[in-house]
Amino acid sequence: MRYLPLTEEDRRAMLAAIGVQSVDALYSDVPQTVHLTKPVDLPGFKSELEVERHIGALASKNLGTGSCPSFLGAGAYRHHIPASVDHLIQRGEFLTSYTPYQPEVTQGTLQYLFEFQTQVALLTGMDVANASMYDGATATCEAVTMANRVTRRSRAVLSGGLHPHYREVIETHGKFTGFEVTAAPADAKGAEDLSRLIDAKTSCVVVQNPSFFGHVHDLSDLAKVCHDAGALLVVAVTEVVSLGLVTPPGEMGADIVTAEGQSLGVPLSFGGPYVGLFATRDKFIRQMPGRLTGQTVDVDGKRGWVLTLSTREQHIRREKATSNICTNSGLCALAFNIHLTLLGEAGLTKLAELNHATASRLADRLSAIPGVTLFNETLFNEFTLALPKPATEVVEALARKRILGGVPVSRLYPGDASLANLLLVAATETVSDEDIAAYEAALKEVLR
Amino acid sequence: MSAPTQIQSERRVLRTISGNKGLQIEEPLIFEQGMKGRSGVDLPAVPPHKDRLGALKRKSDIGLPGLSEPQVVRHYTKLSQKNYAIDMGVYPLGSCTMKHNPRLNEKVARLPGIGDLHPMQPISTVQGALELIDQLAHWLKTLTNMPAVAMSPAAGAHGELCGIMTIRAALLAKGDARKRILVPESAHGTNPATAAACGYEVDPVPADDRGRVDLAAFKAKLGPDVAGTMITNPNTCGLFENDIIDIADAIHEIGGYFYCDGANFNAIVGRVRPGDLGIDAMHINLHKTFSTPHGGGGPGSGPVVLSAALAPYAPVPYVVHGANGFDLVERNGSAFGRLKGFHGQMGMFVRALAYMMSHGSDGLRQASGDAVLNANYILAGLKDEMTPAFPGTCMHEALFNDEFLDGTDVTTLDFAKAMIDEGYHPMTMYFPLVVHGALLMEPTETESKDGLDRYIEVVKGLAKRAKAGDAAYFKGAPYHTPRRRLDETLAARQPVLRWKPEAPKKAAE
Amino acid sequence: MSEVRYSQEHEWVKLDGDTATIGITHYAQEQLGDVVFVELPEIGKKVEKGKELAMVESVKAASEVYAPVSGEVIEVNSTLTETPATVNEDALGKGWFAKLKVADKGQFATLMDEAAYNKFVEGLH
Repeated sequence: MRYLPLTEEDRRAMLAAIGVQSVDALYSDVPQTVHLTKPVDLPGFKSELEVERHIGALASKNLGTGSCPSFLGAGAYRHHIPASVDHLIQRGEFLTSYTPYQPEVTQGTLQYLFEFQTQVALLTGMDVANASMYDGATATCEAVTMANRVTRRSRAVLSGGLHPHYREVIETHGKFTGFEVTAAPADAKGAEDLSRLIDAKTSCVVVQNPSFFGHVHDLSDLAKVCHDAGALLVVAVTEVVSLGLVTPPGEMGADIVTAEGQSLGVPLSFGGPYVGLFATRDKFIRQMPGRLTGQTVDVDGKRGWVLTLSTREQHIRREKATSNICTNSGLCALAFNIHLTLLGEAGLTKLAELNHATASRLADRLSAIPGVTLFNETLFNEFTLALPKPATEVVEALARKRILGGVPVSRLYPGDASLANLLLVAATETVSDEDIAAYEAALKEVLR
Repeated sequence: MSAPTQIQSERRVLRTISGNKGLQIEEPLIFEQGMKGRSGVDLPAVPPHKDRLGALKRKSDIGLPGLSEPQVVRHYTKLSQKNYAIDMGVYPLGSCTMKHNPRLNEKVARLPGIGDLHPMQPISTVQGALELIDQLAHWLKTLTNMPAVAMSPAAGAHGELCGIMTIRAALLAKGDARKRILVPESAHGTNPATAAACGYEVDPVPADDRGRVDLAAFKAKLGPDVAGTMITNPNTCGLFENDIIDIADAIHEIGGYFYCDGANFNAIVGRVRPGDLGIDAMHINLHKTFSTPHGGGGPGSGPVVLSAALAPYAPVPYVVHGANGFDLVERNGSAFGRLKGFHGQMGMFVRALAYMMSHGSDGLRQASGDAVLNANYILAGLKDEMTPAFPGTCMHEALFNDEFLDGTDVTTLDFAKAMIDEGYHPMTMYFPLVVHGALLMEPTETESKDGLDRYIEVVKGLAKRAKAGDAAYFKGAPYHTPRRRLDETLAARQPVLRWKPEAPKKAAE
Repeated sequence: MSEVRYSQEHEWVKLDGDTATIGITHYAQEQLGDVVFVELPEIGKKVEKGKELAMVESVKAASEVYAPVSGEVIEVNSTLTETPATVNEDALGKGWFAKLKVADKGQFATLMDEAAYNKFVEGLH
């Protein structure tokens, strides 16, 4: 077995040194009745080539977004990842290192986490950010539980423009951990008014910007309503590239900003692993979940970094921790960090402009097709179309033409007939003029 | 602070002009090397378009630095060189399972048709992906002899949440939520944190003098308000809980459920099936047992295998065999609901499946046996110079207490820092909490006998040095790292959690 | 003339009239190591004997400070928020946490005096 260095001779010598007859003897604490004496019923070992063939065959049964025009969004976006990102994150010193609990031998990890925290704070317009969460949905759920702690209240109000998966994750936690959730109905037109749902029991209001349906909102008034009621405003961003062009939540009065960081550096990979971003105000630092990297000095007075404020965390505070999170999304945070460093201010701004331009041009072309209506006055790189027939059928028909045309809203809101014809369409910098032309032609044909 | 040793004074003499030390190169933050307007990415011109941002166009600068591609490549290469890694040598962090990460797994996770799959594609276009998840689920269920598995949890602690919420859902379905969860004092911190997050009171169970759950104390705490127990097996002392079947029977007798923290499953894969022990739910850290890379702290993946009693309460989504091939159930009206966005850590699933297939059924059994053999070889090699926490053999990790350091003025922490200078990552320290000054070593199956012999010699040498009265040496260690001991008190008293531009200096008056 | 008494959880109490000043003992700060953060109660909060009054943190530990006597919080030592090191430097003086208006002075008498506390600490080794 290529991964196992011990030879039979080594094993014999080691057993002799330990003073036992066999490896099985080392399992003597295992009750005899449950101690297996032969391998379980699964295939035997395979060479590298055989494994590659097997997984390659499974991969070839899928239609990857890289091999056809793709217009999928709804919380995960296909962007071009510069070659150096994937090269650098595969350096063994990053890839095969543990959580940086020993700062003297993990300054590399700690420094990039400090840079990552700074980038997230800058992008969101907030004071401080943590060293990552699992994904956007769980980060947003952690924001709700943090708001419950800060306000000592226990009812979250969720916008109908929040990603339904995010809403469902929050509802699950509410149900099992004991807080209330008031979720507004789907807000496809981007016209909801949440202020009437906010009362003295409300710990926070959670909105998404741009919304699940693509609308871009000014949240300043909502922030004021929240603060007047003693509640926090939580803003979730599922497309972080938008922050290159759109006013950041921090400038509109948000108290906590969460985001899905996948768009920068992280491949789609069928939904994970991704990277959750979590940013807030200085005054709430000690209520934050997750790891934090802080600057300090070593005994020689040189600047260095350590994990800090760990008394919030499970390995010290145990049942009183702010969250049970331990492993987070370190390597994805590194990919995010490297991609954003490569882009820089100028690159991110231009990337965001390209995304907006591509989506805006696509919206013009598709909404000109007879029977198709654009729901959005505002958008960043994603929008909602009303089609003359059920969106699921249309998407299946487009897929047969090797075009991934979007996400039917009904997949995330099953059972609501009024949403059956709505289609979410996204366009990033990876969409070419030819892709737009192909989509337009195919959609016309499918709707004919 | 101890007096400077000779080594420290030598360092002063050898100081370089740049502050660099050969291959150890100082590296500023990206924010200290950026230039406005520079970028490491070339993008095409923005085509004419209708602006649809409304009044929401960003008015302020973001404040990001601009670097070219070669600057970026050098920056991260230099940072990487300040890390220790399993690729470099023995990484004996007990409880963390730092084993070799095969590069084949990285390669297959990036294949077109896997790495570029969107989670919301039509089901007809992702049949291979669903089949892959189904295959991995089959391996996990077979190795554990459990009938069901929830694939979506993102890491071990997330798996714990999944398991305890499933238990709560099952109890609520009977109209009996209950109040307490029994957790051994030796447990990982995530266990009590998880139970508390799910609204349960954590009732600690003491360990007996053999390092196992005290069965009598456990039974004495049982009652009709106990929802279940969370027990790690093999436990955090590196020992198999030999009363585990009695524990399972006892918890079932009062109508509770048995959650097993599967962090140490790597010790028993192919040799003991948790389903045979009476366990109702157990998370499997794919990033430990099945070698998906730790990546400096994630991402992980923590599928949870479930007993027949709990299977109906599993979260969505899950893969089923439908009339037209594989299907994904994204909503089922069940009591649980959803735990995570999309469908789980697919990138980790691919890597774990590649790892399992590479070993095969026989190889996985060999790997767990080798891991246990290696740990016992360390225990045997060090037991005379150090003090094992418990008598007898161990499972996959060897646990020592700090008695061998009594009277030396060297602490477990000092000892660990001296290991760094010897080219090793330290073992886990001060965990589990039930052992004084604990030193927990987990070599995994990755280490060769030669490598272990060298490791044992070095650790023995350090123990001798400590006993010989050279405490000052240990207090000053490490000496040869890019940074020496860092001031954690300063970091916590005056938190600096991000870079900020320096305030412009006032002109001299 | 004020008197100082001690609890088994390593708090000290000084009673002046019906005002109790509360802090943690020298032994407690030594066990904790460098104090990096102190969380103080709100003024007006009513606490019961044995219940959590404040929180004190070092780099690697967080401990509750329990109220050795019941009462209402009338003053807190807010300088600790900025300079938590004071707890290490002068645990029994400037490092006090809070002052309570005591409801039942009888509770004070049940606590240990200095000699008894010193003996109690010795017994912990």
